[in-house]
Amino acid sequence: MLVSLRDVHKSYSEAAGRTDILCGVDMNLAAGETLALTGESGSGKSTLLHLIGGLDSADSGQVIIDGQALMALDDAALAGLRRTTVGVIFQQFNLIPSLNVADNIAFQARLSGRQDTARIADLVGRMGLEPHLHKYPEALSGGQQQRVAIARVLATAPKLVLADEPTGNLDEASAAVVLDLLLELVGETDAALLMVTHSTQLAARMGRRLHLQAGRLA
Amino acid sequence: MTGPVLWALLGHWRRNPLQLFTVLAGLALATALWSGVQAINAEARASYRLAADMLGAADRAQITTRAGGRVSVADYVALRRGGWRVTPVIEGRYDDIRILGIDPLTAPFGGSGLSEFTRADFGAFLTAPGLILGQAEVLERLRGKSLAGFETRPSMAPNTALMDIAVAQKLLEFDAGLTRLMVDPQQPLVQVPLGQIAPHLQLTTPQVGADVARLTGSFHLNLTAFGLLAFAVGIFVVHGAIGLAFEQRRGMIRTLRALGVPLRQLVVVQTLELLCLALVAGTVGMCGGYLMAAALLPDVAATLRGLYGADVSGSLHLRPAWWLSGFAIALLGTGLAAAAGLWQVLRMPLLAAAQSRAWALASRWAARWQAGAALALLALAAILAGFGTGLMAGFALLAALLVGAALALPLLLDQTLAVLGGRAKTATAGWFWADTRQQVPGLSLALMALLLAMAANIGVSTMVSSFRQTFVGFLDQRLAAELYVSAQNPGQAADLQRFLEARVDAVLPVQSVSRQLMGMPVAIYGNRPHATYRDNWQFLQAVPDVWQKIAEGKALIVNEQFFRRAGLQLGQELAIGPDHKRTNSLQIAGVYGDYGNPVGQVVIAERLFKQLYPEVVGQRFGLRLDPSQVSKLRLDLIERFDLPQRNVIDQAQIKALSLAVFERTFTVTAALNVLTLAVAGFAILMSLLTLAGLRLPQLAPVWALGMTRASLAKFEVLRAVILAAFTSLMALGLGLLLAWVLLAVINVEAFGWRLPMDVFPAQYARLGALALLAALLAALWPAWRLVRRSPADLLQVFSNER
Repeated sequence: MLVSLRDVHKSYSEAAGRTDILCGVDMNLAAGETLALTGESGSGKSTLLHLIGGLDSADSGQVIIDGQALMALDDAALAGLRRTTVGVIFQQFNLIPSLNVADNIAFQARLSGRQDTARIADLVGRMGLEPHLHKYPEALSGGQQQRVAIARVLATAPKLVLADEPTGNLDEASAAVVLDLLLELVGETDAALLMVTHSTQLAARMGRRLHLQAGRLA
Repeated sequence: MTGPVLWALLGHWRRNPLQLFTVLAGLALATALWSGVQAINAEARASYRLAADMLGAADRAQITTRAGGRVSVADYVALRRGGWRVTPVIEGRYDDIRILGIDPLTAPFGGSGLSEFTRADFGAFLTAPGLILGQAEVLERLRGKSLAGFETRPSMAPNTALMDIAVAQKLLEFDAGLTRLMVDPQQPLVQVPLGQIAPHLQLTTPQVGADVARLTGSFHLNLTAFGLLAFAVGIFVVHGAIGLAFEQRRGMIRTLRALGVPLRQLVVVQTLELLCLALVAGTVGMCGGYLMAAALLPDVAATLRGLYGADVSGSLHLRPAWWLSGFAIALLGTGLAAAAGLWQVLRMPLLAAAQSRAWALASRWAARWQAGAALALLALAAILAGFGTGLMAGFALLAALLVGAALALPLLLDQTLAVLGGRAKTATAGWFWADTRQQVPGLSLALMALLLAMAANIGVSTMVSSFRQTFVGFLDQRLAAELYVSAQNPGQAADLQRFLEARVDAVLPVQSVSRQLMGMPVAIYGNRPHATYRDNWQFLQAVPDVWQKIAEGKALIVNEQFFRRAGLQLGQELAIGPDHKRTNSLQIAGVYGDYGNPVGQVVIAERLFKQLYPEVVGQRFGLRLDPSQVSKLRLDLIERFDLPQRNVIDQAQIKALSLAVFERTFTVTAALNVLTLAVAGFAILMSLLTLAGLRLPQLAPVWALGMTRASLAKFEVLRAVILAAFTSLMALGLGLLLAWVLLAVINVEAFGWRLPMDVFPAQYARLGALALLAALLAALWPAWRLVRRSPADLLQVFSNER
C-alpha cells in the first residue's frame, strides 16, 4: 500500500481552546489509484492532505507513505520524501516568482536529481506552455499557472500526487482542461492521485471518493 | 541541490534590481564610512608609534633647564664627566618639519628607538657635509636648504628629519645650546648628583599619559563615534531592504520547503547568499573607504598637527589588518541586518498563512517591545546624564539617547497620525491620514536613519558653531596685546625689555614654568598686573576683586581644564612653589576658559613668580601700543635685533592662524556629517522607491472609487514631505539635546572645558529645508510613475484571472 493512515488525530490550539481537526482517521491508497477527498470547509481535508505530504505532523496515529512512517522522520528526511516520492499541487499554484516558467517546471526535478529533459519537453508540449517558457509567473493566467505547477510536480514522476483544490481558482473550462491533463499524466506514470475538492463533478471523475465530516471519514 | 535553490533565491534580486542596489549600496556606504575612519585612525596611530620611536620626549627620561631655556654645552660636558650617560638633542621646526639632531657617538642605540639609524650611517653622519634621513616627501622639502646629503627612509616617522647635531644646528640657526639631554635608561651605579653639577637643570622622568597617542585619544574616539553612527545609518538602509526581501520571499521559502528543500539547507543557502552580498558590498565599501580616507587624511593630519603638534603622515598605507577589519564589519553589518530575517525563516512554520503578511506591519507585541525599549533607553540616558561620570558614560549617554529616540519615532508618528486622522473633516483627508499611518512601518527604518543623521548634523554643527563663537570671543580676550615678540635668548630678552619700555604703553612678559601639580602637568604663568587682564579676561567662576588679590600675591587663578580634572574648588589652597611647601600655598580665586589647550594652567602675580622661580627668564612679550604704530615697531624690532619674522607677530596674524587651525580641525567632522546625511537621504529615496512598487494594491481601490491618478500622485508627494517634516521637527529637539551632551558632557570629559551652548536657527532651518527637498525629490519619481501608469495596470489588481 502506497499510503496507509491508522487512527490519525490532529488538533490545533487556539486562544479559544483546542480544536480537533482529525479524529481517528484510517485510510489506504494504492499505487495507480485516484481518490477524491470531499467535505465541507473546515472538515479537515487540507490538514489530512498536509499530513500525507509530510508538510505537517499528526498528534497521534500512523501515517505511512511508501513504507516509511512519517512520525519517525526528521525535517531533512521529510524534505527528501517530498522531493522524490510525493508531489503537491496547491490551490494557490505556489510557483517561484523569481524563476521563469522553464525554470519553475524543471526546478523540483533538479532538486531531486531526476532531471529528464525529454520528459519535461513532453510535459511542456502537452500542457501548451511552449509560448510561455520565458515568461515569469505573474505574466500568466491562473489556468496557465496551474498547468506549470502540475508540470513541475509531474516532471519528477512522483509515486504520489497530492492536489489541494487544484482547480479552485479556475473557471469551468480551464478546470476541465487542467483535470484532463492531470488524470492523463498521472495515469501514464501509474502514480496515485489524492485530490481534495469541493466539486462533485470533479470528484465523480476519480476512481474512489471519501467524504470527511467533522474530522472523521464517512 | 544547493545550485537550484541558490538560483531561485538569487532570482529574487534579478527581479528586484533596485532592492539589490539598495542592499549593496547601503552596505558599501556603511563599510566605506566605517573603514575610512578606521584607516585614518590606523594611519595616525602608526605615525604616533613612529614618532615615539624617534626619541619622543614623553616616554624617556630627559634633562632640561628649569627656566625653560636651552641646555648649555658646558652643562652637557659636566654631566658626562660626572658619570651621567646622556646624549644631546637639538629639536625644532623648519618649514613645519620636525628637525631632530642627534649625536651618533653618544646616542643610546640598542632599543633606543633610533632604529632608522644604522652603523653604516656613522661615516656619512659625522663627516662633512653630513647626512639627513627622512621620508622622500620631507627630504624634497629640505632639498637646497642644507648642504648635507639626503637619504630616503620610507619607514621613518612622517614629517621628521634625522641628522647630526651640527647639521641641525645650522639648519635651525641655533647659535648655542641644546634643546634637551636624553638620559640613557642604563646609568652607572655611581654618579655625581644632578643638583650638584647643575642645579638649574631638572631631570624629568617619563610621563605616563602625556604622550601624543593619549592626548589625541579623544579626537580619535570622536572620529570612531562618527564612523559608528554613519555605519549604523547605513545598516538601517540595509536592514530595511533585506527585511523587505525576506518578507517578499516568505511565500517562496514555503514553496521551496514544500517542494522538498530541508529547512537547514535553506538557511545555509540564504547565509551563503548573504555572504556573497557582503563580500561584493564589502569590496566596494573598502575601496570607497580608502578613497574617503585618502581624501580626508591631509585635513586630519593638519588638525592633529595644529591641535596636538602630532605629525601624521598625509598619505595612506594599505594595512592587512585594515582590510580584514573592513570585511569583518561588512559581514557583521550584513549579519545584523539579516539576523531577524533568518531567525524568522528558522521559526516560520511550513504551513504559515498563505496570504502575504503586509511587510513590517508590526505586531502588537513588536510595537510594545519597541516602545518598552525606547522608554528604557531614554530612561537610561536620563540616569547617565544625571549620575554618569567619565568619557565612556558620556558616549553611552549619546548612544542611549540616539537609539531610544530613533525607536520612539515610529510610535510617536503613529500616534500623531491617529490623532490627525480622528480630526479629519473630509473623507479624502481621513483616507490620507489613515493611509499615511499605514505607510509608517514600511518607511520607519528610513525615517529613523533620517532622524539620526539630522540630529547628528544639528548636534555637531551646534557644537562646532558654539565652539567657534566662544573661541573667537576667547581669542579677542586672550590676544589683547597688539604685538607679540619672542627673544632668541635671555640676554636679548633683557635688551628688548629696555628698548621697548620707552616705546610702548606696556610690556607684558609671558613667562612660565612647567610643573607637576596634583599629579598632572601644569604650566605656571607669572602675569604682570595690568589693565589688559582686568579688562579682557572673563572668568567662569571668581571671587570679588580677583585681580587685586592676585597682584597682592594672595591668590591664583586656574584654567578650566585643570580645575575640572584636579577636582578643585574656588577658595581652595594650592601649593605652587618649586618645593610644594605649604608656605607657597595660594587660594584659588578664579577659573578662566582656556579652549583648545590640552594642558593645565595656573596664573600668579609676576612678582611672586620671580620669587619662586628666579631662574626663569621670560623671553616672550605681549606689547600694548597704539595700533597704528604696530607695523613700524615690528619692522624696527626685526631690523634692530635681527629677529626672524616669525618671532614678531601681530595680533591679527595670531588670530588668523588660530582660526585657520580651528577651521581645519572641523573639516573632517563636517565631511563625515555631510556623508552621514547623504546616506540618510539615500535611505529615504530607496525606501520610497521600493514601497512604490508595493503601493498599487493600496491605491487601486481609491482610484477605482473616483480619485484621479494625478491626485493620488500629489498625495504621495505630500505624504513624503509631511513625514520628513515631522522627522525634522523631532530631529531638531534630539539634535539640540545631542549638542548639549557634546558640549556639557563629552567635551568636559574629553578636553576638560565646558562650552556655552548657542543656538543657530538659520542653520537648522536650512537643514530642515534640505531634508524636505530630499524627501520631495525622492517622492517625485514614484509619483511620476504613478501618474503614467495605465488603467490596465491598476485594474490588474482586481483580477485574479487573465
